[in-house]
Amino acid sequence: MDDATGAIAPDTRPRLPRGVRLVHSDAHGGWVLLAPERVFKADAIATEIVKRCTGEATFEAIVDDLAKTFNAPRERILTDVTAMLRSLADKKMLEL
Amino acid sequence: MADNGRVVLHSPLGLLAELTHRCPLGCPYCSNPLALDPRGDELDTATWARVFAEAAALGVLQVHLSGGEPGARRDLVEIAAAAHSAGLYTNLITSAVGITAQVLDRLAAAGLDHVQISIQDSETASADHIAGYVGAFDRKRALAAEVVRMKIPLTVNVVVHRANIDRIADMVALALAIGASRVEIAHAQYYGWALKNRAALMPDAEQVKRAAETVEELRRRHHGEIVIDAVVPDYHARLPKPCVGGWGRRSLNVTPAGRVLPCHAAESIPGLEFWSVREHSLGDIWMNSPAFNAFRGTAWMQEPCRSCARRDIDFGGCRCQAFALTGDARATDPVCHLAPYHDVVVSLAAVQQDAPYAYRHM
Repeated sequence: MDDATGAIAPDTRPRLPRGVRLVHSDAHGGWVLLAPERVFKADAIATEIVKRCTGEATFEAIVDDLAKTFNAPRERILTDVTAMLRSLADKKMLEL
Repeated sequence: MADNGRVVLHSPLGLLAELTHRCPLGCPYCSNPLALDPRGDELDTATWARVFAEAAALGVLQVHLSGGEPGARRDLVEIAAAAHSAGLYTNLITSAVGITAQVLDRLAAAGLDHVQISIQDSETASADHIAGYVGAFDRKRALAAEVVRMKIPLTVNVVVHRANIDRIADMVALALAIGASRVEIAHAQYYGWALKNRAALMPDAEQVKRAAETVEELRRRHHGEIVIDAVVPDYHARLPKPCVGGWGRRSLNVTPAGRVLPCHAAESIPGLEFWSVREHSLGDIWMNSPAFNAFRGTAWMQEPCRSCARRDIDFGGCRCQAFALTGDARATDPVCHLAPYHDVVVSLAAVQQDAPYAYRHM
């Protein structure tokens, strides 16, 4: 699944590991990602990406869906989503 | 905060639930207060459940079940289940001594999200010596293996001081070998009992410098494999830590007997009035208790904090440390190089004594 360029294979099914949860908090004004002894506020884009990381959808399908939903160029979405998922995986907050 | 002195009330993110002060270990760096809450004063299961529900309503997202050793509570599983039911991310902070595999299994079923286990060193004899408990190290490794086997994310916490600071790389290697996803390199902080052992625990400047380089190198080497968080050795720092993310801003701490504190050392500051969950709701305490409002905002600050560009970044450092080292809880944390009493910290950091530890045995 990993390669030297950081690309994510199309058939990978990203998922949040046990101990990482995306929850909505009225008190904190939106979605937050909860992880071991950490809390990250998720902006609108991050929320849309992480919501789709269910372990069922493939990476390819997630990118397609986001490109369609936001009517954005697929290449651009691919770059942004790859960077975000890599960053989360490096922090042990996502399984690829 | 734009205008000087105006207090913006935030919603808290975390609650440290000190379920008991009882603990089988005798760690010389224990930062709990000298006067511990006796067992007979501990909150019961139903009260903790109410506190968790009130915490969730107040905006708290994560609860840290701690102590003392939380495993000393017979109702730990019920308490964890109540935290989970309230919708809180539930974290167990344990010495591992007193938690069996059966209890862990029940905790996992109750919805436990994460476990943090402390280790005292990478070598058995030294680890047990520091903990003041023969056999502790083996029990910690055994429980850690169970946590990983149950696929619960594991943090290994290492309190670093002169006796183990040269083995940070070995302790991180151990955390990796155990299967931890995160390791905390926490330099000893000198509060409560730890003040008795300060000179015996204090690393020298050269050790601290090497430790920082080691942590950076380990982060590069293990990027993506394990998260390495570090708590700085503040007696050797130039800038103070933003203690608890700012007083009354992000977290609260409930003692075994139910007093609610802005941080777990806050009772060391004389004159603060703490409220208890036995008499008040958590929301009322967060908003209105005198202790929480004592150091909110910036109006309480003195110079050099009051006009400092960093006053909303580090909040003047730690109030408990300011009091412990200067006698004035409103003073700039003397860790700050701009503080009038900074030379106190510099001279204490230079004192290393190989005296036997004063263990904390109950």
